[in-house]
Amino acid sequence: MRYIVAIIQPHRLEAVREALAGAGVQGLTVTEVRGFGRQKGHREIYRGAEYQIAYVPKIKLEVAVPADVAERVVETIRTSARTGNIGDGKIFVLPLELAMRVRTGETGAGAL
Amino acid sequence: MLNAGDTAWLLTATTLVLFMTLPALALFYAGLVRSTNVLSVLMHCFTIACLVSILWLVCAYSLAFAPGAPWIGGLSKAFLNGVGRQTLAPNTTVPETAFFMFQMTFAIITPALIVGAFVERMKFAAVLLFSALWLLIVYAPVAHWVWGGGWLNAMGVMDFAGGLVVHLTAGASAVVLAVLLGARTGFPADLKPPHAPWMTMVGASMLWVGWFGFNAGSALTAGGDAGMAMTVTHISAATASLVWVTIEWAKFGKPSLVGMVTGTIAGLATITPASGFVGPAAALAIGLIGGTACYFAVGIVKRSFKVDDSLDVFAVHGLGGTIGVLLTAIGVDAALGGAGLPSGQTMAGQFGVQALGVLATLIWSVVATYGILRVVKIVAGGLRVDREDEEKGLDQTAHGESGYNI
Repeated sequence: MRYIVAIIQPHRLEAVREALAGAGVQGLTVTEVRGFGRQKGHREIYRGAEYQIAYVPKIKLEVAVPADVAERVVETIRTSARTGNIGDGKIFVLPLELAMRVRTGETGAGAL
Repeated sequence: MLNAGDTAWLLTATTLVLFMTLPALALFYAGLVRSTNVLSVLMHCFTIACLVSILWLVCAYSLAFAPGAPWIGGLSKAFLNGVGRQTLAPNTTVPETAFFMFQMTFAIITPALIVGAFVERMKFAAVLLFSALWLLIVYAPVAHWVWGGGWLNAMGVMDFAGGLVVHLTAGASAVVLAVLLGARTGFPADLKPPHAPWMTMVGASMLWVGWFGFNAGSALTAGGDAGMAMTVTHISAATASLVWVTIEWAKFGKPSLVGMVTGTIAGLATITPASGFVGPAAALAIGLIGGTACYFAVGIVKRSFKVDDSLDVFAVHGLGGTIGVLLTAIGVDAALGGAGLPSGQTMAGQFGVQALGVLATLIWSVVATYGILRVVKIVAGGLRVDREDEEKGLDQTAHGESGYNI
């Protein structure tokens, strides 16, 4: 099993959710986060004064999948999250040791 | 003789002007600070409203409006002594209680305007002491000079709703306070942006509506003067809003909400002293000149003089009020659609009186505010909160509350 963490542009979330649902992903977790990468935040101007906004709002999306579909899910996230602009985000893939369904105690890929 | 229409309008206008502080100005300012200081700003405005109300009854109203010397009123109306249900305000058709209340709401918003200079860093006890002393030492005398039969009043100065009494006193004092208090940590390069521009827009919109009471109510009658004052107030506000946002759009490529509504307040402040004297064409010019001048003043105070008058009290109110007072001498001319100069007075002569009013108000506000702050600093054990409290925010450290419990 693989645990996929993606940091994406907030306005791409719905497109990514729809694409993942189409790819057969059963569930995902979404968090509103803030951060910066090479983009180094952005600037806003109020009453003529510039403010450096160090942390840009992003969406963190987490999804656990069987190992054999991980590559396809990563590609689905990438194509649906992509706008081509700086700040489109990152995708990380981690090995996943255990998944357990709280209601039944079932483990493994069946719990996903 | 009492006039029911005039009285009804003055009571309504009084309600509108209190609404300008609670909550309009409080929200206008609160949206512009960090999210950890939002309650402290609301608290400052609310507390000042309560404190000024009591002092107004005790002696401030009397010092401003009771007969006395050319520079200060007497104490004959302290605690509204001798003012009952039947008493009319001198030379009006309204009860003195209504006039007392109407003027109280002006006395409330004026020190509340100064809050914009000291947000995010001033000790609460120092805020209270400063506001109380400032009301008695700056506001009450200047109100007496201009409106209460004092020396400027006798010279024929024209300040319909408070360019001198409200906006210049607050604006000039704000600069002195900002200098003596020192800038916010991180000023100017490393500050947090306004935490809720939408809140600032809500506040500005309510200020705009409240300003109809402020300016049209200052006619003290429900007639043509009030109607024209409301008209020119509205036109100036709309003009200055568009002017400010147009300059920003041209300069930065994007028209901003915060810029738009700051222009509104600049237009309102600038028309205030002129509102009972000028016509709609002059209102367009006043909005245009006020909006442009206040826009550039914001940058000059903050970036050239490096003074952290945090929410631009001087640039918007001090300068706006001053420009309005000076332009009144021109716009009042009947040939320009105004109410007409007093008989025997020339435009140049009136301009001289207006300029003298500006100079005297400016000097007294600066000198007295400096003196008051020296005293407050000693009594309150310093003007500022310590560095750590400033970084954590005043909501938690001064008031033990959070603006947003999410």
